[in-house]
Amino acid sequence: MSDAEQSEFEIRDYLRTDLFPHFMCPGCGHGIALRALLWAVHELKISMDDLALVSGIGCSGRTAAYVDTNTLHVTHGRPLAFATGLKLARPDLKVVVITGDGDCLAIGGNHLIHACRRNLDITCVMLNNEVYGMTGGQVSPTTSNDRYTTTTPLGNHEPVFDACELAAVAGASLVGREITLQTPSLKDLFKAALAHHGFSFVEVISDCTEIYGRKNDLGNSPEMILKQKSSIRPESYGNAVAQPFRPGDWKTGILAQAERPEYGDSYRQHIAAKQTATKVNKN
Amino acid sequence: MPAAAQNQIRNLQGNHACALAAVAAGCRFYAGYPITPSSEVAEKMAAELPSVGGVFIQMEDEIASMGAVLGASIGGAKAMTATSGPGFSLKQENLGYAMGAEIPCVVINVMRGGPSTGMPTRPAQGDVMQARWGSHGDTVVIALAPASVTEVYSQTVRAFNLSEQLRVPVIMLIDEVIGHLVETVAIPAPESLVLVDREWASGPAEEYKPYAANGGDIPAMPRPGAGYRAHVTGLTHAEDGFPSQDPAVVARMMERVLGKLDNHRDLIDCYETVDCDDAEVLVVAYGVTARAARRAVRQARAQGLRAGLFRPVTLWPFPDQALRTATANAHTVLVPEMNAGQLCLEVERICAGIPVVRLNRIDGEPITPQQVEDRINELITRE
Repeated sequence: MSDAEQSEFEIRDYLRTDLFPHFMCPGCGHGIALRALLWAVHELKISMDDLALVSGIGCSGRTAAYVDTNTLHVTHGRPLAFATGLKLARPDLKVVVITGDGDCLAIGGNHLIHACRRNLDITCVMLNNEVYGMTGGQVSPTTSNDRYTTTTPLGNHEPVFDACELAAVAGASLVGREITLQTPSLKDLFKAALAHHGFSFVEVISDCTEIYGRKNDLGNSPEMILKQKSSIRPESYGNAVAQPFRPGDWKTGILAQAERPEYGDSYRQHIAAKQTATKVNKN
Repeated sequence: MPAAAQNQIRNLQGNHACALAAVAAGCRFYAGYPITPSSEVAEKMAAELPSVGGVFIQMEDEIASMGAVLGASIGGAKAMTATSGPGFSLKQENLGYAMGAEIPCVVINVMRGGPSTGMPTRPAQGDVMQARWGSHGDTVVIALAPASVTEVYSQTVRAFNLSEQLRVPVIMLIDEVIGHLVETVAIPAPESLVLVDREWASGPAEEYKPYAANGGDIPAMPRPGAGYRAHVTGLTHAEDGFPSQDPAVVARMMERVLGKLDNHRDLIDCYETVDCDDAEVLVVAYGVTARAARRAVRQARAQGLRAGLFRPVTLWPFPDQALRTATANAHTVLVPEMNAGQLCLEVERICAGIPVVRLNRIDGEPITPQQVEDRINELITRE
């Protein structure tokens, strides 16, 4: 691969290391996800001057600040709304949203479905750790059944949201999911998403070891991540029926992809066509 | 050459004048959500922005509209949204973000009454206090209340200029009556408008601090893509833009942000005085209510009654010094408002020692000149 010709990826080159020590708990999967994202940025040679990371509130929201680029840490649930304005005003910027399961699917759910529908050229990265970590471990729309959180003391009885299915049916033109264990695969998924011209949605199965893992006896971080591996069903290896040794619920890899008009292109072309038509009519 | 010769004379409704003024002021991004009685602002922006290279987008809700406006402004566009009471409530969190992160933006609020859905098609001056205190925490905001379609135009241009120069949200509090009133407007020639753009960061990126005011009180903004790689956050931050909870830093930053308008009152204050010098009864009225009050004061004067009108155009921060001057000889201040009593609270604060009498109307009808005149008569003959 031509990637081998590139300089080796060194995450510290992309971070504001003067902000260290960082904010994340030991064992948190968000750092691995951020590493994979920056690895993809590195391989795609995206300029850090032209990149904008827009994040919301929560543990996911705090990750963006550590990246040495244009970073916007906005209100809870609204990074996609801010990103929509930013991208429309500045089509030259590469706009990436970093959000969490609560930020994206609960308080920000309306923005997600409409961002998918519009297909504006934004990559939305949802770090799914199944819990509201920042506020102390409350139930989220992706908390697995029967899991304990501070607001489900008897175990979670609510149905679990499948963010990728939601994004796909709402119209996101590239949808994928990966776990943090397979960092190179996650990096490749990010590369596909960043290179895609349209709205791309990537769900990262992250782990909240300190709060969620501890509360549910899921073990330490490596144990949690290995458990995630046993619960996934990589689409690239076929479906679960054909692969009975991979019985997991969560499909991973690129789960949906479609060529649809990108919103900004469509907007500009539509206006140009109408204005030309108006001129012709006037003549 | 006479400036009037360059003006374009048009019959315009207030909401359309607002949109045209925004475009003339350099607004190139509009995100909004339909809501009565403001929707004509969005409709006009949708028609006007494409031909000047701007972007119009109807978002999924009021919150998203405000978020998109701020995203566009951070990207460098002059950006605006329009709404009414319930939508204005929904925008408050992101408005607070604009206050804290100092993002220029203009919010048009064509007011209705409340609480809740209220009377969407009836006039009210329901959001005077929401404009000032609607977002949580200590807030900093400018609010302007025009009283005619011509003033909607001039004040909308001014709203963009103040927002850009001071990096603060500017709210236009427009009465439904003014928003839907059609009047003859002399639209100034574009080249005659004085337009202000925010100061962009310049100089070496490694020395740049996005919230360092460098001797002044308004920091230069980092343009994404220009190499400054700044962090923008709603968390309380230090001069470098990164979150801080250091009491000394927080105190310093908050003092600057909350205090910056005080340093620019010469730019911000805007008001009109009518027969205030010897006025025994001073009427303080704004928006369409001021039109009724103006007529009432004129009628009272015709009867030999010493009445005056103080009409604030800038409601927040309130032009307090000017009001104190205007009340020099007043024994009573009368505040007619189309609400249950909002701006009168600020007037009471400023005019401490002078009785402040209210005249409120909350039935969805404008206050009439006769109502104001009757009150003036009562207050003067009571002496």
